[in-house]
Amino acid sequence: MHIVMTLLKRLIYAAILLTAVLVLNFSMMHFAPGDVADTIAASMGGADAETMAQIRVEYGLDQPFFVQLFAYIGRVLSFDLGYSYFYNTPVTELIFERLPATLLLAITAQVLAVVVGVLLGVFSARHPNGIANYFVTIFALFGYAAPVFWTGILLLIGFSLKIPLFPVAGMSDVTVQGGFFVKALDIAHHMVLPVLTLSSIFLALYSRLSRAAMLEVLGSDYIRTAKAKGLSNREVTLKHALKNALPPVVTLAGLQFSAVISGAVLVESVFSWPGLGQLALTSILARDTPTILGILFFSALVVIIGNLVTDLVMRLIDPRVRGHA
Amino acid sequence: MTEPLLKIENLRIELALRSGQAPVIDDLSLELNAGETLSFVGESGCGKSMTALAIMGLLPEKVGSIASGRILFDGRDMAQMNDTELRAIRGNEISMIFQEPMTSLNPVYTVGEQIAEVLRRHKGMNKRDAWARAIELLDAVRIPNAKSRVSAYPHQMSGGQRQRVMIAIALACEPKILIADEPTTALDVTVQAQIFDLLRDLGRDTGTAVILITHDMGAVAEMADRMVVMYAGRKAEYGPVSPVINHPRHPYTKGLISCVPHLLAELTEERPDLTEVPGIVPALASFGTDACLFASRCDLADDKCRSQRPPEVAFGDQHSACWKADQI
Repeated sequence: MHIVMTLLKRLIYAAILLTAVLVLNFSMMHFAPGDVADTIAASMGGADAETMAQIRVEYGLDQPFFVQLFAYIGRVLSFDLGYSYFYNTPVTELIFERLPATLLLAITAQVLAVVVGVLLGVFSARHPNGIANYFVTIFALFGYAAPVFWTGILLLIGFSLKIPLFPVAGMSDVTVQGGFFVKALDIAHHMVLPVLTLSSIFLALYSRLSRAAMLEVLGSDYIRTAKAKGLSNREVTLKHALKNALPPVVTLAGLQFSAVISGAVLVESVFSWPGLGQLALTSILARDTPTILGILFFSALVVIIGNLVTDLVMRLIDPRVRGHA
Repeated sequence: MTEPLLKIENLRIELALRSGQAPVIDDLSLELNAGETLSFVGESGCGKSMTALAIMGLLPEKVGSIASGRILFDGRDMAQMNDTELRAIRGNEISMIFQEPMTSLNPVYTVGEQIAEVLRRHKGMNKRDAWARAIELLDAVRIPNAKSRVSAYPHQMSGGQRQRVMIAIALACEPKILIADEPTTALDVTVQAQIFDLLRDLGRDTGTAVILITHDMGAVAEMADRMVVMYAGRKAEYGPVSPVINHPRHPYTKGLISCVPHLLAELTEERPDLTEVPGIVPALASFGTDACLFASRCDLADDKCRSQRPPEVAFGDQHSACWKADQI
């Protein structure tokens, strides 16, 4: 019962937050120079002031700000994100076409960064004075300091051009024919470099944090108790220490998920990955307001869901969180 | 005479300091017989806990190490054992409870799991049997409603209850030796008495020998058969509890005893003044010097005390490492 109540409470908060995001996004786009009328006029090859005014009346752009805002929120509530005049497609359709690619990239990169980061952190905490520890530290700092697009291009030059192991761009190869498994393998092949690029930044964060958390936990009294019980090093490290070192890492991973999504925008541009990031870039350049708003809305949604999942994972790991949620 | 259960011979433990190696335990020898309670007494930093950790093979890595001497348990030298051999003894034949019950249990596992884990590790029990035994053990350490408390997490228990859980973990495999390192320091007075009662009763029932590390002289008098008074990593005095307390042969022991306030029957009766041991323990770096380390704090000290380490003098079963032992 308890968990259901907590979840319900969190969902209500999420709805309020999402509404706030909607209002903020719409206001910012509204007060920024340029609107859909410009886009349409541009696609017609120019228009005079009279035609522009006519277009604005047609699309309700002459209405007062609040009328437009409430009309927009009403449409979103009925799952209508508007129509893209640039792509000539409903925004929802446009986004659902691209969202899976972005989620696939972002979630894979996040999971890889967390898992490998924690493993590296645990390893270097176990051997704080070893050579491997310095290697991990340098590697992590390098990944964190290097700009994403630079890492991406470097990987492309290295592993697509000099040593042609991976494809240069795209998500799949149209010449590949076959069943689900063959296609999945093809996508996985295309994913390797983008995922490595995106996770390299976050890998550094997670490995540094889990190293620090592990070092602290390994010095605690209950670890001494675990050793005094005669448990093996493996049990002491992986069972008793790791579970206590995870909460800060999980918290950071939840907070960083939005950064992973925005990092995906850059990575998608470098690797021509057909995801939301590319769509966002094009629609911003084209002043395609409905599409931009739609993408912002979905990004907010994904981040909120990410945080909800973080909270659930925290409850799973630490019984003390369950006590007073 | 039967062989003692645990025999420590000329143990020397060194700590790595910036200035070099310093002995925190210097030439310590003692014996522990099966079923008896031996108490270590002394102020903070005198090496009581170090000795306990050395017996467990849990000296802080790369900082503390056994430089020489032997720790004979059942005839085998634990100082020479590798980690695998030590792990088979730890928590099984020799177990330990610590000073800080609030932080000694792992916060993310149930107390039942933390007890059952030792049973699975050392007794090869399966999950269900170990869990059932964990409930019996919680009951044995007098935790009410053990059947439901077994699935509680440490944060749902009080300090006294957590220390009881620690005792349950320590006694789960019916060890031959239980080391209790200031088990009641962090608890309030009424709970202290309960924990001591529990330790004494369980020790008697299972025939477990207890090494009780404490600075509570009252607890020593009540619990222990023999006591070792330690000062600056050396044995100052040792022997059966009643002669040592009634007629100490070392000025340090005498000082410790006179620090303890006495309850008097009549509130109006004149109380003897409480004294203190003046000065502080010498710096760790000087622990190795050939002199009586207590000399700087001792009224009786003369040039001999400051230039030569005193040998142990026997008065029956009572031994004192003091040049002036016969004058006290």
